Order: sequence, then structure tokens, then C-alpha cells
Amino acid sequence: MITVLHEQRETQHPDTAADGDALWLDGAAIEQATGWAWKPEGLCHGDICVPVPPAKKNELVRDGRLNVAAMWRRSGQPAVHDQASRTWVLGTGAAQRSAALASLQAPDFALPDLNGQEHRLSQYRGRKVLMYTWASW
Amino acid sequence: MWQSLFDELKDHNFTVVAVALDHADAARPWIESAKTSYPCLIDREHHVADLYNIVNVPQAVWIDEQGRIVRPPETAGSNDGFRKMDRKTGAVPDDVLAERNRVKALYISAVRDWVLRGPASVNALDETQAAAKVKGPDDTIAEAHARFRLGQHLLSRGQADEGRAQIAQATKLHPDSWAMWRQTAGRNERGFASGPEFWARVDALGSRPYYPPADIAAPG
Repeated sequence: MITVLHEQRETQHPDTAADGDALWLDGAAIEQATGWAWKPEGLCHGDICVPVPPAKKNELVRDGRLNVAAMWRRSGQPAVHDQASRTWVLGTGAAQRSAALASLQAPDFALPDLNGQEHRLSQYRGRKVLMYTWASW
Repeated sequence: MWQSLFDELKDHNFTVVAVALDHADAARPWIESAKTSYPCLIDREHHVADLYNIVNVPQAVWIDEQGRIVRPPETAGSNDGFRKMDRKTGAVPDDVLAERNRVKALYISAVRDWVLRGPASVNALDETQAAAKVKGPDDTIAEAHARFRLGQHLLSRGQADEGRAQIAQATKLHPDSWAMWRQTAGRNERGFASGPEFWARVDALGSRPYYPPADIAAPG
């Protein structure tokens, strides 16, 4: 069993393989884990497609699966893992984060309060919001 | 201080959203004793710090009715006065206390002015100004957040050694993030991550600020 964390998603993938720095997922698992789609033109999200270079196809595609970790790194995004628990984080890259901030649209998120009730930042649209961070530490 | 601001301004199409970069168990007593009536969210894995490139608390973002960032993340009413405290007694000189109170009051008055006057407020940045001020992460910071996320996940699953190793790597990649370091640093007898290691890190800043001053103008 492999666990993949991406943004706030956490998905489990029983029928899959990971060896060393490679994480092999089929198209359905990729979509479930990350929301990205594996298409003939590459690994795609919105308007962005990261192509699978023909010269690298043997390294990146195997038995109907894509080495998502390698593709992730090709797209300039961090892919890190813990070998023992077979847990992967497919992080979001600096370029994506910076572009989102530069658009000045406040990045949306959903987080629970102490009672476990989930709040989306965007549900406060229509009001001015002072969002502040704090901690006990 | 946020609760009284919220009480005062909640009928002016305004809300406070608090995000604890912390565990629920650690945040709970603080939230309960503050008797908050605005949303207090728990962000154990520091998603908001990742999304907004936030490195410390308190940092705040002003967001208008359309969901547009009016002021990007910045220090919310704190200053570096604590660096002048007597580390044995915790005593802070009067002038330092007065300056701390002034900075806090200025920030609160700036929020109030923005809530009441909107874009006409002297501290409401237009798109050009906000875009110039907003700061995204670099590749190293993006990797640090991925490793922090992995580390927090491993710690929650009882993999203490592996989790700590990932977070150690994260803090090394992103030394400017006090949030990453303090979340997992040792706590002193009062429950704060402000023991000798903390002070050593603060001292290592030299002339650089712990809380970079927010560029807030006194409302007219």
C-alpha cells in the first residue's frame, strides 16, 4: 500500500509500485491522487501539460503506468518520500505558488475548527477578511 | 485583541479568520480561553503557510469582498521588542513596552480604517502595490513544505524518527520559517518553544528582524 499526499488530499493506492525515486501510477490513480490527468499530450492540469519526451518514454512509462515522481520533478515540483512507510508527497512547485499569489486571488483552502466543522476561506466571499496565523508555540 | 476588533466591526461586512499553525490539542485551551466567536481553524500541516508563503506568527492577510489580496502576508501588530527583554527575569524596559503597544494599536487602527473605508483607506493597497509586495516561494521553500508535510504525516503515524528527520531537512531548506522550526522544537517549562535554542536562533539573526515591520501608515 502506498500513500500519496498532495495539497490537502491523502489517497491510498494498493495496486501500485514504487522503487527508489520512482512512483508508478496508472491514469486513474494519478487523477485520484493529484487531480492531474495523464493524456496523450502529457501530464496535464488546467492549461498546463508536461509532455513525456519520446526519448525518455522507456524511463517514464512502464506497463501502463507513469513514473509520476519523475514527471513531477520534470515540471519543477517537489516529490519526496519515506521509504519505510511508502508515503509520498507530491508538493506544489514554486512557480505555481508564485503565480497564484501574483494573481492576487486569495488561495482557497478548507480547514476544520475545533469541533471538526470544515470552513472554506471562499465561504466568506462578500465580506472583508482579516486572516491571521497564530500558534501555541 | 482580535475578538474585541471582531465584536466592534462584525456588522460592517467583516470577519476575522484565525488559522492555528498548530495541533488541535495545543490550540484548544487558547481558543477556549479567548472565547472567540469568529472562525478558528486548525492547520496542523501548515497548508496556509505553504499557500501564502507565511513564515511566522502572527502574520496576517487582508482579503477584500471579491477575494482579492489587499495586503499580502505581513507581521500583524508585533515587533522585535521581546529581543530586549531580560532573559532571566522576563522584564521588558518601559520604552520597549510602550513601542510594542504603539505598533499593536497602529495595526488595529489600520484594520478598522480599512474595514470602514475600503479602498479609500491609506493602507489598502491597489493591485499594482499589492502585486509588488506579494512574495512567492522559491524551489527550496517549495521542497521544504513538501518535506514538512511528509514529516508531520509521519509524526502523526508514530514514525517519530523518520518524521523528525524530514522536518529537520525542511527547516534546513527553509531557515526563514520560524513556523516550521518552532512547531517541532523543544518546549520550555511554560510550554513555549523559546528555550536556549530559540534564543540562539534569534541572536543569529543579528540586525535582521524576527518580525519584519509591516509598512503601516497612521490612518488619517
